[in-house]
Parts: sequence; C-alpha cells; structure tokens
Amino acid sequence: MAKAIEAYLNDLRETRVWRSMFRSGTGATNLHRALAVQQNIFLHLFSVKMRRAALNFSVTWYLGTLSLATFLILVGTGIPLMLYYHPSVPQAYADMKDLQFVVSAGVFLRNLHRWSAHAMVLLVFAHMFKVFYRGAYRAPREFNWVIGVVLLLVTLFLSYTGYLLPWDQLAYWAITVGSNIMSAVPLLGQKMRFLMLGGNSVNANALLRFYVLHCVILPLAAILFIGVHFWRIRKDGGLYAGEGKPHE
Amino acid sequence: MADEKQRDVNCTRREVFVKLGLGSLAIAGAGAAVSGYEFLSPNVLYEPSPIMNAGKPDRYPQGSVTADAQNGIYIIHGPEGFYALSAVCTHLGCLTSWLPEQGRIACPCHGSKFNTEGVKIEGPAPRPLPWLRVWVSDEGDLMVDRSTTVAARQFLRT
Repeated sequence: MAKAIEAYLNDLRETRVWRSMFRSGTGATNLHRALAVQQNIFLHLFSVKMRRAALNFSVTWYLGTLSLATFLILVGTGIPLMLYYHPSVPQAYADMKDLQFVVSAGVFLRNLHRWSAHAMVLLVFAHMFKVFYRGAYRAPREFNWVIGVVLLLVTLFLSYTGYLLPWDQLAYWAITVGSNIMSAVPLLGQKMRFLMLGGNSVNANALLRFYVLHCVILPLAAILFIGVHFWRIRKDGGLYAGEGKPHE
Repeated sequence: MADEKQRDVNCTRREVFVKLGLGSLAIAGAGAAVSGYEFLSPNVLYEPSPIMNAGKPDRYPQGSVTADAQNGIYIIHGPEGFYALSAVCTHLGCLTSWLPEQGRIACPCHGSKFNTEGVKIEGPAPRPLPWLRVWVSDEGDLMVDRSTTVAARQFLRT
C-alpha cells in the first residue's frame, strides 16, 4: 500500500503540471534537494544546507517560535473580528458587545485574540530573557538582538493600540494616561501626542488612528521584521546551540 | 568666471546628472516629509468648544461644589465668590471626582487628592488643579473658558 502511494506520488511529480509548478525535478541527489529549496519562494529564504542538530525538534526553540505562533493566532483571529467591528465612537463599544453576545463564535474569537495578545507579550519577554541568559545574542548575532528589540517595541505598541479598540472606560483612560506619558517627551512630546491622537483628546480621530495602526501598519512592520529576524537566524546556522555543545 | 570654468572641466556630464538627480530626490523627499507631516496633523477638529455656558449663577448655591464630568470642570461657589477648576488631574490626565463626605477632589487613577481650591493634598500630581477663566455673559449666564487658565484665587463676585 505504502509502495503504491509512493509510486503514485513519484508519477505525479513527473507530470507536466507538477513540473510546471516545481521546476527542480525529483531525485534524492544533493543538487536536487538544494534546487528544491532554492527555487521555492517560501523556502529560498532558508539555507540549502543545515546542520542536522539545528533541525531537531527542540523543547522551546528559545520561545521565539511560540511568539510567532501567538502572532499567527492573532492575525487569524484579528481579521475575522474586523468584519464586525466599526472603529467609530457610537459603534465601537456596541460592536464589541455584539461580538461577545450576538455573533456566532464571536466570543471565542475575541477571547482567543485577547488571551493570545497577553501570551505574546509574555512570550516575547521570556524569549528575550532566554536569548540573554543562553548568550545567543553574541557575535555574529548581535544585530539580530537589535531587530529583536524592534520586535519587542512593535509587540508592545500593538498591545497598546489594541487596548483602545473596545472603547470602554478602561480603554479610554488607559490611552488618556498613556498619551499623557508620551507628552512628557522633551520638546516633541506635545506634538507627538497630537499626531498620535489626531487631536487634543482621545476621541474619534484617535480611535481611527489606533485602529489603522493596530490592523495595518504595525502588523506589516511586525511581519517585515519577523522575516528579517528568522532569515538571519537561518543564515547564522540555525538557533544558537552554545559553544561546542549540540543543540538542545 | 575662471573658477566656474575650472569646475566644469572637473565635473563630467554623468556626475552633473547624478548630482541633479540626487538633489531633486532630496528636495522631493523633504517635500514629501513636510506634506506627510501636514497630512497627519488635522486642520479641523470636531472637538467640543472650550467655552461653555454653565447656566444662571443662582443654580449654584453658596458653598456648593458642582462637578460637571461631561465638560471636565468643577463650578464652585465659595464664600469669596464663584470660580471654576479643571477636573483633569495634572498628573496623567484622568478625570477627578468630588467626594463631598471628605470635602476633597480625588483622582481615581493614582490617588492624588486636592482641596476645593485645587491645591494638592497628597498623591503624585505635580501641580494644583488649574483655575479656569469665569465670567458672566450679557445674558447673565455663567461662562467658563476651559482653554484659559488664570491665577489661583481669582473669584467672580456677582
């Protein structure tokens, strides 16, 4: 049975349609394996050759993979939530309540989004500590630490902008306090607060700006920096395995 | 004249075009930055007017503190006359509330407390609550300008 399936798959890989999609062809030679990685837009970010140890299933993967997993859950739950949420002052709070009590599976999506957001902040910090204590930030990986700091800030700002969207008392006053903290920046503070809120107080413009930041600008920034972060890990030979020790 | 000629000789045609191109890119970039900033700062705000009509002064009996949470102010009729305080905490902008049983204005966020003249009694607030400009309109209504602060202890006598 297994042989028959394998033979069928091999035949399938030789068909003209398959070869038009995957040009590298079949074969177990190193060249074919390298071509299969290099000629695929998704795989070509990765090295064509890896140490076997770097591919082992790890207990934590430095918690970065879990951070990515929560990010993917947040994208996957956030996009459906956008279908029922209007970022406007009269509707935002009512839409949030509708998602909880009226929309089918709305409460599931909203709670999953909320808990994943909390988990992501926690995991990103835990990831940072793990990288620090294991010494995985050292040369040649120093700049990836810098990108990691950018990703930490993007995560916190995603968290902060998402906090306003329910438009309840907690959200309103948290953003009022946060934006007033921002205005303490010397010289530019008041201007930065005005630009971020799109006005002098937390109001309709602020809600819309935070929505656009939360749903478009910051996720795109996160995807960009996550891509660079992961690419650099692969080009540096996979996750840091310590000095002379096999990767755990 | 001679200097200009010298420079022409030292600069190839390609370099001239590269400099022209980079220069125009820099100008376009600066223009985009300025217009981007202009775009992001709203020219018209649909925020409520800072000047508000608080009604006839006799609505506020002697010795009363009236909290107007909607407008973020207190209208106080003290022994020396009327005055208005901003209800926005000077710490981080939370809305304070009036606690009549304690005779104090308290901020729920970080615990600042003020007396009825806006002077801080405890908590992290760095400044007293600002006194706002108060006057009586031609129609005899009490008016408050929430955007104009005045020195403390400027009472309005009617």
